[in-house]
Amino acid sequence: MKIGVVIFPGSNCDYDAYQAFKMIEGNKVVYLWHRSDDLLGCDAVILPGGFSYGDYLRSGSIARFSPIMKKIIDFASGGGYVLGICNGFQILLESGLLPGAMIKNSVLRFACREVILRVETNNIPILSGLKKGNLLRMPVAHGEGNYYADPDKVSELETGGRVVFRYVDKNGVVTAEANPNGSINGIAGIINERGNVLGMMPHPERACEDILGSADGLGLLRSLCAASG
Amino acid sequence: MKFKAGVKVTLKEGVLDPQGVTIGRALSDLGFESVIGVSTGKLFELEIDAESEAKAREIATEATSKLLANPVIEGYEIEVIR
Repeated sequence: MKIGVVIFPGSNCDYDAYQAFKMIEGNKVVYLWHRSDDLLGCDAVILPGGFSYGDYLRSGSIARFSPIMKKIIDFASGGGYVLGICNGFQILLESGLLPGAMIKNSVLRFACREVILRVETNNIPILSGLKKGNLLRMPVAHGEGNYYADPDKVSELETGGRVVFRYVDKNGVVTAEANPNGSINGIAGIINERGNVLGMMPHPERACEDILGSADGLGLLRSLCAASG
Repeated sequence: MKFKAGVKVTLKEGVLDPQGVTIGRALSDLGFESVIGVSTGKLFELEIDAESEAKAREIATEATSKLLANPVIEGYEIEVIR
């Protein structure tokens, strides 16, 4: 499996993602430079977290016009697997690969903490390695993770099974306290209609070894690799 | 001809504005009890070289819908002056 991790000016989780995917046996991981227009034959593309272009204007709004993004939009349109984490999710929203937008956290602070995610579906190849209803622990670190879409779009996502991760408490219940940013319905991650573009605010790549506090992210990355193989 | 376009981008009605809410609370703490609502937005000033005001407006509108505003959450008003 060849995985490409994109580097934008201001990406800061690129190395974490590189390292995490490299831990999975059989993977070759390469960096993709934002100025490049060559995906180097990758089977899946990762848009990592960080503050691309300093988050100027709106998070992800400038990065979406990078040369590499044109190729990634074509790649995704052809069914290629794309995972956007944190700022990567914001870039997917700005580029229109996923619906909705991010607004500032409702809680008056940058959210930097561990959260619990409930797996809402494993009905799609990209998540088939996970169990529905399982709880995954991993960190979030963002100031704009408050997912917003108009009510019709939200209900379309909900009824279509496209909300794939939700913030929950340790009992697996959606509560206001478990939600780090005020995101509507506790939405932490969504997928496109075709099931090949996944965006999520929490960081699975920072939860791939027990020494880091959780290895729950590894299953998700493995599942993505298995799907793109 | 040179024109100036002022582009005002604000959140659509119904979209939560956490910054506006927070600033509103601070104003209330400062004694501005008559200020009952605050919303935030962005102001851009574009200098545009175009043959007419209509053309300048067209350019400003395209730039705004493509980049300056996110139509999912934001609306905009454009004012063009010579």
